[in-house]
Amino acid sequence: MAKKQNKKPDIINKYTGSSWAYTKQVREHFFKPKNLLLEDPRKAKYDAEGIVGSPACGDVMRIWLKIDGKKDKIKELKWRTFGCASAIASTSMLSVMVTERGGMKIDKALQIKPQDIIKRLGSLPDRKIHCSVLGDKALRAALNDWFKKTKQFSRIIVEGTQVLDPNTKTTEADIEEAVLEGATTLHAVQKRTKVGIGYPECLPKVEELIRFYREKYFGPDIK
Amino acid sequence: MPRYGYFFDYAATTPLDSRVFSAMLPYFKKEFGNPSNLYKLGRQASYAVAEGTKTIAKIIGCRPDEFVYTGSATEADNLAILGTARANKNKGSKIITSQIEHKGILAVCEVLGKEGFDIVKLPVRKNGLVDLDELKKELDDETILVSITYADSETGTVQPISEISKIIKNFRGEAGFPYFHTDASQAAGYLDIDVNKLGADMMTLSAHKLYGPKGIGGLYVRRGIKIEPIIYGGGQQGSLRSGTENVPGIVGFAKALELNEKNKNQNFKKIKKLRDILEKGIFKSIPKVVLNGHKDLRMPNFLNISILDVEGEALLLYLDELGIMVSTGSACNSLSLEPSYILSALGNSYEYIHGSLRFTLGHKNTKADVKYVLKHLPLVVKRLRDISPLNISLSKKEKISEPKAFIGGQMPHFLRKNKNGKKTK
Repeated sequence: MAKKQNKKPDIINKYTGSSWAYTKQVREHFFKPKNLLLEDPRKAKYDAEGIVGSPACGDVMRIWLKIDGKKDKIKELKWRTFGCASAIASTSMLSVMVTERGGMKIDKALQIKPQDIIKRLGSLPDRKIHCSVLGDKALRAALNDWFKKTKQFSRIIVEGTQVLDPNTKTTEADIEEAVLEGATTLHAVQKRTKVGIGYPECLPKVEELIRFYREKYFGPDIK
Repeated sequence: MPRYGYFFDYAATTPLDSRVFSAMLPYFKKEFGNPSNLYKLGRQASYAVAEGTKTIAKIIGCRPDEFVYTGSATEADNLAILGTARANKNKGSKIITSQIEHKGILAVCEVLGKEGFDIVKLPVRKNGLVDLDELKKELDDETILVSITYADSETGTVQPISEISKIIKNFRGEAGFPYFHTDASQAAGYLDIDVNKLGADMMTLSAHKLYGPKGIGGLYVRRGIKIEPIIYGGGQQGSLRSGTENVPGIVGFAKALELNEKNKNQNFKKIKKLRDILEKGIFKSIPKVVLNGHKDLRMPNFLNISILDVEGEALLLYLDELGIMVSTGSACNSLSLEPSYILSALGNSYEYIHGSLRFTLGHKNTKADVKYVLKHLPLVVKRLRDISPLNISLSKKEKISEPKAFIGGQMPHFLRKNKNGKKTK
């Protein structure tokens, strides 16, 4: 049975009948995940650790790194993930990407985008993309942990903290969070965050972000 | 593997009964007439439709002219709600329904909300039963329609329909309003669907949940109910639903309902026994499992559980690999990425819903099928729990039940500390 299914994308969206296909690579990494760490490690066995996600939103990833400080390279990436097929497969793929060919330079690893993981997986259903977005975030969280431990404070990545509206202190992360919680229009986002009400200069940027996150999480807008 | 695989999703649909198929077969080619035509071929088709309607009417305890065929249960729901709301808008503007209705009800209520109707969605208790005190409170002179499902499609919790109809009848007295509609698509397989006993003014049925064909459903509409069509045309079915009748579909629908009625009590007992073996087996072999819906007042073929620390879609795909077909309320499995609104309405936290799994049994399931599931499910759950970094505590769920997404490299909200150094809720 498994063999037969390998030939074609086997998961078809029951509502639209399309765009819901998992590729062979996704299957492979979902059913046979690489670099899993099934037991919590002894303290100090790994050099750094990162966790992202929440059980409420359906995805949690935890990763552990071994790092070669001299070469500034990632030697090992182990992980555990709670989530759907794309979440499990994308973390597994990330672990391969970072550790193949003797390990990846940290600077290069910091550049990994969700799209890079998706490319290696063949593709992912549009609305599943947020899952693998967490993969690269988990990696950066773990690398931040490494930077803190090794006192390389200048290298710490601060994500999503750009303040858009100085009055309400609304950040990019707030916009992302609002969109993810279902506020997909400016009006709805403003209802939640009050962004731009006293500072309309930021609205074009806010609208752009809403569109970006809406497409990221809910797929391209239907015309 | 059994002929139908290890199919445990009978609430989604059922395979066509071969006796139903045989009954339908002549009406595709040989007896292809249009019931509206006067010549013999047309009359024969018309006769087949009339006979089918007689059968259905007898089973649900109504007159043949009180039953209208639709293309689906969704269409029947739409007709019941839209048709009566629009026809009686001079009588009132309030419609009462519940949070656990089929989308065929809720989506159309949303449309009516935009047209100016006042839509009230009754809350449900943790056990899945609609809060009847709330219903009594909400009933007023403006209320023209109440629609409560007989059994919801996720947990299969059975609502006390005759009790609800009594409440409504007591309230309306001579006034005639509100009408009472119930969607019996899920319930019809095993429960009594006599409209007189239930006291319903309108009732939705679906053929493909009863080993009948897809593409045919129907609505019982009590005589005297003022209702407008939602589809207009040549005036078939007393002008309430224009369009050439789906003759093979109607014949199949009637046959399926007839067969379903025959051994209903036996089937109830048989399927409940099988379901209970599955239920007990799962609770015995897998730790941290929670039952969704009512423990006793539940469809005999429904088992909806939440398996903590694993995600439903991943579970579903691992089971699919073993030939086991089930359904989940996890967000990852839905188009909107929203977790099941029915399980949410029951007051379940999101992390419970993500791990929800619905088994719905049917005629083809055997003890061996159940054994097969009980052999493999614990292994699959163990595998996914090994992969999962979570360890949600059954007793301390309030700590993580906030339906908040985690964003942008911050500390996950359930681990964040507030100013006092305590973990936030």
